[in-house]
Amino acid sequence: MAGAAALSAIALTLAACSSNGGTDGTDGGLSGSLAGAGSSAQEAAMAGWRAGFEEQSGVSVSYDAVGSGGGRTQFIAGGVAFAGSDAALDAAELTDAIARCNGGDVLELPVYISPIAVIYNLPGVDAEHIQMSAATIAKIFDGAITTWDDPALAAENPGVSLPSTAITPVHRSDESGTTKNFTDYLAKASGGAWSYDASGEWPIDGGQSGQGTSGLVGVVTGGEGTIGYADASRAEGLGTVAVKVGDSYVPFSPEAAAAVVDASPAAEGANATELTIEIDRATTAAGAYPLVLVSYDIACATYSDQGEADNVKAFLTYVASEAGQARAADPSVAGSAPISSALREKVQAAIDTISVG
Amino acid sequence: MTVTSPTRSPRTPAAASGGTRSRRRSGRGFYGLSLGAGISILVVLAAVAAFLLIEAWPAIVASREELDAISWLDASSLAVYIGPLIFGTLLSSVLALLFAVPIAVGIALFISHYAPRAIAQALGYLVDLLAAIPSVVYGLWGALWLQPVIDPFFRWLSDNLGFIPLFADYTPPARNVLAASTVLAVMILPIITAVSREVFLQAPRLHEEAALALGATRWEMVRMAVLPFGRSGVISASMLGLGRALGETMAVLMIISPGYLFSFFLLKPGQHQTIAANIASKFPEASGLSVNALIATGLALFTITFAVNMLARWVIARRKEFSGAN
Repeated sequence: MAGAAALSAIALTLAACSSNGGTDGTDGGLSGSLAGAGSSAQEAAMAGWRAGFEEQSGVSVSYDAVGSGGGRTQFIAGGVAFAGSDAALDAAELTDAIARCNGGDVLELPVYISPIAVIYNLPGVDAEHIQMSAATIAKIFDGAITTWDDPALAAENPGVSLPSTAITPVHRSDESGTTKNFTDYLAKASGGAWSYDASGEWPIDGGQSGQGTSGLVGVVTGGEGTIGYADASRAEGLGTVAVKVGDSYVPFSPEAAAAVVDASPAAEGANATELTIEIDRATTAAGAYPLVLVSYDIACATYSDQGEADNVKAFLTYVASEAGQARAADPSVAGSAPISSALREKVQAAIDTISVG
Repeated sequence: MTVTSPTRSPRTPAAASGGTRSRRRSGRGFYGLSLGAGISILVVLAAVAAFLLIEAWPAIVASREELDAISWLDASSLAVYIGPLIFGTLLSSVLALLFAVPIAVGIALFISHYAPRAIAQALGYLVDLLAAIPSVVYGLWGALWLQPVIDPFFRWLSDNLGFIPLFADYTPPARNVLAASTVLAVMILPIITAVSREVFLQAPRLHEEAALALGATRWEMVRMAVLPFGRSGVISASMLGLGRALGETMAVLMIISPGYLFSFFLLKPGQHQTIAANIASKFPEASGLSVNALIATGLALFTITFAVNMLARWVIARRKEFSGAN
């Protein structure tokens, strides 16, 4: 603690010194600390980014994974310099955020893209991926399809001999961004087979469930004929579903996940700094995998403190950089999908607007 | 670990029958200390109750619109939300008690009246050791070891007795209330055994010898002289076990696939959840009113535990005259 206090004291001094100098924070001269809070989906990636950034710049970054809502609240209240959030700011939050940012723009940067895998445990099936359309997945999780040799499944998997094992769908028992994106995908892509709205809480009563990602993966692994959904980095050792996009079936991959983000239109109200995206779950773009979770880093374009502005700018530049994205994509870190270079240009242009004022 | 300690008058006659002034003062000092210790229990209890009530209050008086803003509270009112949780808590605990009490009484009787001295002592240690295992370890044991082991039994139960709704629709893996209750039963076994054993050991020797002298077999002796004497002790032991089962968190959290229903399908997943496990699962991401709502469920658990203890006291008091202790 004493060390941190000393560091921030130095940061203040440096900030005072450099405030009449250049504002380009990416070269040297960075110090102090930077606090963020929010999405627990980003926690693993953030740990990698923090370590990488600290090596590079000496600035210590803290990130409190309190959940997206908590992160947005803390950011608006001025408690943290940036927030991680699985959802964009709503209209009321945006108004408050602009006030928090000294009237300047608010940055919403889609820097964390994580494919969600539909995982299953079905020993004895030699197909690399079982193929399913969104409607089939919806019917399975809704309980309309109950065995693996159901005609609907057989029709989508010619040449694969599926056993008559009962299907046990497994969902998350806690509220989660993964569930929200999964149900959003089912609602939008299944053509009416899924009659529930997107929500972070699983909408159906009953059924098997697991607490957290590791709990869910544990249940899927522990059963036979089980099927669930989880962050793709945790799918190792289990079968994964190739989902139907257009006329072909696409298994998850970092490239396919990044492709759907590029193929998706900007969300309503997006602009040059609020790079919010409306994921096109029903996309037909070739090679796109629409079952992804996109998490934003939210920051200000205008900070009142030079040191803080420099640190945020440098940190986000690192996060969006090729090195930063590659670090998060490492399976031992977060196994996320790196953003495409087209998206990186847009993100970097937004980061470049950060200044002191 | 005696449970039914006979009531003593607070001051012994020795204190009044003379002695030096300093001795009298130290006696009074000790009286003050023990009085303070007694009062501190009440203060702590009152403090916990006050905390729960104050923190739960915003959720209790919240309007329906405010409650609707809590994403996981999918019910028309707080009471409707807490109802199934209370049901799940009571169901899992009562089932655990149903499994644990007969076994615990059996072990206790074996240790106190049947086993050779050396074995009895070793067994007593082992049972006490079982009580020292942290509940999260029981949770891991239940989730990783017991579930696959118990699976064929549940399958058999569901296939053969599935026409009884209690055992219908088993879906593997075994993450249902019956699996959770099994683990809870193992967890509360040591406390019930230990207390029952102490009580059985205190059964009047003369009664036992008299029974044997009248030609009773050992089992008849146990039935006539030991069990009636120990009945109230076994009841209080069970209530201690029930208290532990009601509040057990980690084991249930790790074993059960939660659901929020009034359901008697013991083998179906996603039907039940207990209050303590629900708080543990929802708390990490809770903020604002949802914290108050969770604490309100905690208040309900506190009240239930209190009621269970009161009930136990009443049962024991009612049966006192049969216990042979007087």
